[in-house]
Amino acid sequence: MTQTTNDPRARQPRFRGLEAGHRACQGCGEALAARLVTESAGPDVILTNATGCLEVFTTPWPQSAWRVPWLHSLFENSAAIASGVEAALKAQGRRSKVIAMGGDGGTFDIGFQALSGMLERMHNVLYVCYDNEAYMNTGIQRSGSTPHAAMTTTSPPGKERMGKRHLKKDLLSIIAAHHIPYAASASVAYPQDLRRKVRRAMEIDGPTFLLVHSPCPLGWGHDGSETIEIARLAVQTGLFPLVELERGEVASVMPLRQKVPVSDYLKLQGRFRHLFVDSDHRAREEREHLQALADYNMERYGLFGDGDDPFDADGADTVRRGGPARA
Amino acid sequence: MLEALEGSAAIARAVARCRPGVVAAYPITPQTHIVENISKLVADGKLQTELVSVESEFSAASVALGASAAGSRAYTASSSQGILLMTEVLFNISGMRLPVVLTCANRAIGAPINIWNDHSDSMAVRDCGWIQLHCADNQEAVDTSIQAFRIAEATELPVMVCMDGFVLTHTLETLEIPDQDMVDRYLPPFRFDRMLDPKNPLSLGTLVGPEYFSETRHLAHQALMAAMSTIVDVDREWQDLTGRSAGGLLSVEGPENARIGVLAMGSVVSTFREALDTLKTKKKAKLINLRAFRPLPDQALRDACAGLSDLVVVDRALSPGFGGILGGEIKAALSGMAKMPRIHNVAIGLGGRDVPLEMWSRLLDVPTEDAGFRILDLEPAKLGDTP
Repeated sequence: MTQTTNDPRARQPRFRGLEAGHRACQGCGEALAARLVTESAGPDVILTNATGCLEVFTTPWPQSAWRVPWLHSLFENSAAIASGVEAALKAQGRRSKVIAMGGDGGTFDIGFQALSGMLERMHNVLYVCYDNEAYMNTGIQRSGSTPHAAMTTTSPPGKERMGKRHLKKDLLSIIAAHHIPYAASASVAYPQDLRRKVRRAMEIDGPTFLLVHSPCPLGWGHDGSETIEIARLAVQTGLFPLVELERGEVASVMPLRQKVPVSDYLKLQGRFRHLFVDSDHRAREEREHLQALADYNMERYGLFGDGDDPFDADGADTVRRGGPARA
Repeated sequence: MLEALEGSAAIARAVARCRPGVVAAYPITPQTHIVENISKLVADGKLQTELVSVESEFSAASVALGASAAGSRAYTASSSQGILLMTEVLFNISGMRLPVVLTCANRAIGAPINIWNDHSDSMAVRDCGWIQLHCADNQEAVDTSIQAFRIAEATELPVMVCMDGFVLTHTLETLEIPDQDMVDRYLPPFRFDRMLDPKNPLSLGTLVGPEYFSETRHLAHQALMAAMSTIVDVDREWQDLTGRSAGGLLSVEGPENARIGVLAMGSVVSTFREALDTLKTKKKAKLINLRAFRPLPDQALRDACAGLSDLVVVDRALSPGFGGILGGEIKAALSGMAKMPRIHNVAIGLGGRDVPLEMWSRLLDVPTEDAGFRILDLEPAKLGDTP
């Protein structure tokens, strides 16, 4: 009698850097992203981790969910300790790859200087930012990555405000200005694409950067079962374009097949609830503002490409789920 | 072989003798000459190390942290504002029990901005869990720098070698840089059992809740206290090898029957040594050179102060609203002695104010003045109408 049919472990890949049993919330995009990244990277890695949810939910002493060597120091120095680890490996003639990880707070904001220094010095490190667009570990405060108009506990909507007043920092463009060999954005909704980008970065001897869009059900106000759907809509609406940069130049994009209005993405999330109050004229203006940002991304990155593409945002990973009918 | 060398150049040479795997460098006056000299040694092929020229002191300490955790001997150096910028990382390095060595070229802290020497910087991080050793002259700084790696690696504790900015770092002295063979005999290759290694994956820097945190603090304190004997042993071994002691935990000089003691740290000790030898003072006094500020050697201090009626503690920094930092600590360390000396606490030489030879005589008058903590070399006329 075979016992494999209903055992989910039988369907798991042979190597998992991040083991099951950690304490992340249901539907946590960051936990999924970290699992995909470490799975693709394989066992010969050393990880560094900025302070944040990922560090907290994976390592409550005396437990650890990591099957690869892992170093956490502070909020703002994941890139700098990774630089030190990499320098030591070089000094010792060891060849393991170093992967630095941080959330958007630890990457866009407080750890930004250390990241820039690491890239400028050309350390052989893959930096992965799990972007859930706010300080989630401290309880949903706005960060430099929080999208315009999103509600957080420090950008609440009210009579005088419509959520975050400022724009999401265009981090990828700043990374591009360092002219590193490879940088890309990815999403937990497109795991094949994410894995490919990790593997590509792993092969490069030099600094590489990956920005992974990772929904946070608690912070974004959606059900844990909707994480993938929401992440996919962020890509399909153009709000979070998936692109690859080589030496700072756009090398490829994941094309969009059809234009999906940003409202389809926004209306599923509690953090944009105030944008759907019919009686508030500001709500429509902010929705238009966000649509304009998505339109800008479509134009800037040429997200509709030159024609049909089997690996576009509808086809790449979603074929087996049916995907929308072709027009 | 004796050479005439600037303090910073000597430190760079001594550190190079220790074969660091990774050096993190960031400039700040008066530390800069140390990293400049190391960079030149690397450029000239005289030092094989991964030199990481970082974008801040925060990253300098972080690079040293990462390198040490990954199994390399790691070194960095800083001063003043740089030490403060590193502070968060310094606590982390000791909390993770990583054997990093750092030279602190002691300098005042602003505002007002001041680039000259006092001990405000290392004092501000006295609770960061590092061993702190002070050097009276550049030979001691050289010897202490080499010993620091031995101590750090034997105790799995980071060591801060404190040397006075400018007074030591920028001064030429004749000194001896031990040759490479000697240092290789003294300092074994770096080895760190908790090293980050894919073949034996460990998680370093995990989250520790209330159920284990007190125990981690207890262990940190025990480790620092236990380091006292290591500091003594390592210095004794050095003396056997080179004929020179760098001062153990503390050293006492001057007439044995003196009833007055002066306790100080750093380069002023050299000034006072000279005064002991050359100044003809009516009062006799002992000079206590405190080399180890962390761990604070309470028993050795009591032994050194036995028989004293008065002890003048010389601070090179102060805690506004409290007074001298070293003074407060020495009072605490000696309290409960059967015959505790009267302790008088003054600060001198703040922000680089010159400490002349005659300061020694002035200090010997302090016990008769019946005043509390004060800045002894203050010039009240300069205060004007400031309230």
